[in-house]
Amino acid sequence: MRIGVDGDACIGAGQCVLAAPDLFDQDEDDGLVRLLEPAPTGAQESGARAAAAACPASVITLRD
Amino acid sequence: MSMDSAQTEEAVERPPIDFRRPVAADMVEHPPGCPFDPAPGMVARRGQGAVQPFQLLTGMTAYLVTGFAESRSVLADPRFSADKFRNREATSFRPEEVAAMGAAAERGGCPVVSPADAAPRGDGYFIFMDPPEHTRLRRLLTGHFTVRRMQKLESRLREIAAEQIEAMRAAGTEAELIRDYALPIPSLMISELLGVDPDDRDHFQEFTSVGTNVEATEEERMAASAVQQRFMRKLVADKRADPGEDIISDLVRATDAGLTDAQLVDIAIVLLGAGHETTANLLGLGALALMTHPDQLAALRADRELFDNCVEELLRFMSIAQLGVTRIATEDVTLGGVEIPAGATAIVAMPEANRDPQHFTDPDRFDVTRPRPSHLGFGHGVHQCLGQQLARMELSIGLEELFTRLPGLRLTVPLEEIQIKTEMLIFGVQSLPVTWA
Repeated sequence: MRIGVDGDACIGAGQCVLAAPDLFDQDEDDGLVRLLEPAPTGAQESGARAAAAACPASVITLRD
Repeated sequence: MSMDSAQTEEAVERPPIDFRRPVAADMVEHPPGCPFDPAPGMVARRGQGAVQPFQLLTGMTAYLVTGFAESRSVLADPRFSADKFRNREATSFRPEEVAAMGAAAERGGCPVVSPADAAPRGDGYFIFMDPPEHTRLRRLLTGHFTVRRMQKLESRLREIAAEQIEAMRAAGTEAELIRDYALPIPSLMISELLGVDPDDRDHFQEFTSVGTNVEATEEERMAASAVQQRFMRKLVADKRADPGEDIISDLVRATDAGLTDAQLVDIAIVLLGAGHETTANLLGLGALALMTHPDQLAALRADRELFDNCVEELLRFMSIAQLGVTRIATEDVTLGGVEIPAGATAIVAMPEANRDPQHFTDPDRFDVTRPRPSHLGFGHGVHQCLGQQLARMELSIGLEELFTRLPGLRLTVPLEEIQIKTEMLIFGVQSLPVTWA
């Protein structure tokens, strides 16, 4: 699986960090999404899906 | 003056419409003893579709969105505007305007919705803006409310909660939980984040609580709002003169943003308004839900890790923003098979969307073990609650400290006697008399 994020559209809600803290973080200054792991494997994939579903601005895309 | 009193007299002759809730009473009023279920008028509409034409008391038609997926669509769709100053929403029309529009329409002229009034908007009220204006202001604040930054507040929040509980204990064996616990926690926390001087915090709490009191008169509310304006203006001036480590000082320092004093005051008021009563109400309702659902409380006592999950379930189960989340269609939009014309207002029926059986299993059941429920408690789309991580921390720690430090906590009056707030915008209980002896 590959994760893509559109930082320009991010609103810094933090839903992705709650759903998958090993894959996503927020920038300390502007609070916008920082992708920690673009290629999740195994159990991480369900976290990636949860983050993409929860994102209020739909900025997370997943490709298998 | 004479015009004011003439208007007042006129209002008395007409059926009185409270402009804080221009909807049928049964859409917002809960019968005594039933604070947990959506208002009966909303329940009665179940089965009538995920998007329903909805008559307001003024005669205007709005669109009630009761489906979970449809509510998310409205809130994420840029064709729906949050700018209630450029686009006037149905709830803001007065009956005489609606009548005039109806008469004009019969004559075959006028559009259904008149253009927006040139109502002045404070330049910092980003909750009533659309992108890109909204994006610019929100981004100045998002860094202050990140997950990790809010997690660092844990020990301070536990300290605040413990101090409030100690003060309650010192005063006897009974307390009023809204006044003594649920309101002070978010008020103290946001005052610290905004950089309010510790000496001013009692005063800050005093005027912030008037606005939340349904028994306060309109004059008292206006007066409290004026005090709040003055307080925030002074806060901004103080931070300009002597910046510290707080949100307002950071905004002052962000010189490339070039925010005016008026914008800074607006932002401070939005942060206080959005983050104070809402959290306090859910903290109070959460305590009430746990006191009246002993099986759920027992599950939390058995596994304190569940408090975070309990907060997500409370956000789903009890929608604080009853019918207060609205958007205005900027073009014709078809949603859930219903055409919403340009200019029309969509009202998200939060209590119903959060119990949509298409999305939740057994939605009317309060279950703190429900696997991390997705919900609309913080909204959706670009306006999703900026302070949601702070609210989560305050609620989880507030409830955990309360039921751990006061294990015998219970109501001193029957559930039927708990007074429920019935405004359109915000749901909660007015007071919560408890004992732990």
